[in-house]
Amino acid sequence: MSILVLAEHDNNELNPATLNAVAAAAQIGGDIHILVAGSGCGGVADAAAKVAGVSKVLSADSAEYANGIAENMIPLIMSVIDGYSHLLAPATTYGKNILPGVAALKDVAQISDIIRVDDADTFQRPIYAGNALATVKSGEALKVITVRTTSFEAVAADGGSAAVEAVGATGDAGKTTFGKSELSSSDRPELTSAKIVISGGRGMQDGSNFAMLEKVADKLGAAVGASRAAVDAGFVPNDYQVGQTGKVVAPDLYVAVGISGAIQHLAGMKDSKVIVAINKDEEAPIFQVADYGLVDDLFSAVPQLEGEL
Amino acid sequence: MKILVPVKRVIDYNVKVRVKADQTGVELANVKMAMNPFDEIAVEQAIRLKEAGTATEIVAVSIGPDQSQETIRTALAMGADRGIHVPASHDTEPLAVAKILKALVEKEAPGLVILGKQAIDDDSNQTGQMLSALLGWPQATFASGVEIAGDALNVIREVDGGLEHISSKLPAVITVDLRLNEPRYASLPNIMKAKKKPLDQVSLDDLGVDASQRLTVVKVEEPPAREAGITVASVSELVDKLKNEAKVI
Repeated sequence: MSILVLAEHDNNELNPATLNAVAAAAQIGGDIHILVAGSGCGGVADAAAKVAGVSKVLSADSAEYANGIAENMIPLIMSVIDGYSHLLAPATTYGKNILPGVAALKDVAQISDIIRVDDADTFQRPIYAGNALATVKSGEALKVITVRTTSFEAVAADGGSAAVEAVGATGDAGKTTFGKSELSSSDRPELTSAKIVISGGRGMQDGSNFAMLEKVADKLGAAVGASRAAVDAGFVPNDYQVGQTGKVVAPDLYVAVGISGAIQHLAGMKDSKVIVAINKDEEAPIFQVADYGLVDDLFSAVPQLEGEL
Repeated sequence: MKILVPVKRVIDYNVKVRVKADQTGVELANVKMAMNPFDEIAVEQAIRLKEAGTATEIVAVSIGPDQSQETIRTALAMGADRGIHVPASHDTEPLAVAKILKALVEKEAPGLVILGKQAIDDDSNQTGQMLSALLGWPQATFASGVEIAGDALNVIREVDGGLEHISSKLPAVITVDLRLNEPRYASLPNIMKAKKKPLDQVSLDDLGVDASQRLTVVKVEEPPAREAGITVASVSELVDKLKNEAKVI
């Protein structure tokens, strides 16, 4: 068996989510290759070559891959995929955008968001916002899989010494033009890989009140997240959203502040090791999943928490 | 321009699903069903494009058992013009759905297909991307902003790092994210009117699509339950527990 893992990167750095996808590949077993497609991405290919357990890096360095436009990426993957038994990518917006098109053109089913590898054909994945776990078996010649990053511990970013092989570019499909990114910049850890996450919900009442959470986050080295309600209300940008359709996080400590705990939010955080809920409504469903619940007004509790840390 | 909007009948998002005792799936009998919330956003977007004069006709499609017609009626009550029901198993996989939609696109020749980015039952997030690849059309996934001028399509996408702006040309496939719009409720008069709007059935045979299952569901089980936690009386107690009991700070 040989497995191709699609690397996620920004042409400068390998996104750590790739290391979680490689971890899933290692559990499947077989030769692991990484495809790095980008523009001016030689450094990323070199970094991918050092990833533990990887035997080859395919590097496609050409302008049309600069922004991960799916219509350009799919023909590239199609041009190298023959002979592989599995194609994996992290279940991020990057992987989710690109992989299904490859599955469709190869006429195979895709298995999204796996959380467990049973064997090379059988995988577990959450359905219904994680309220049920389905074990599915694929008889397809090519298994196309996206990997829930929080379910697989990242492999080491170094220790490997794979050969880097250049692959021919497939050209610009001319279907979609990239305009610009508006990326949130923050000195805090990235939400999906942070050890501690503190999230605010509708109870925060206003975006400016998130400053309270940021102060706590800075003391703990935590990332700041939010519920859908807080994002919809415009308190914080979309990339803060934790939940079924936002980001899935599984930190050592998750602190939910002013979050009621809708099923859709729980889907994104209930695999956290320790969950703390601070909410003045003692009936809030978030308390049913919390290890430590504090029924209190967040506007007094959060500043006090910051003071005591 | 005609817009095709696929709508899926799923368990209502407020319902806590129960896994069947025999572990073959989740309990669907006597459970409240509704249109997939992302599909409501897709329907709303199509209606707004029609109200803006960009679209002329909205065709709502549902693939599934007979009750899927109720979901089409909901789309018609919101403002879609007509419906197409393709009878099929509730568990039709995304690849088969994409093939069915491709066949319908070839029949109906829409300028745009707008889909929800994922269905909240199987959470696959595949169908729109698969359809776009099969059609060879541009794809604009996870849209939170859509602007159409002539055949130019500008979309703002929600990505993990923030937002992304892309441009392409119609015909195209759009999958919508939560913040694109807030779907309207159907008014009672519109629900009544929707009953008279045309709803056709097209069979898998008519479309020449093999929708057989590719994946075998070995079993469906409940996730492990979290152990019950405790209520702390004060912030000081909380900090103490986190430091000395849970040892996470």
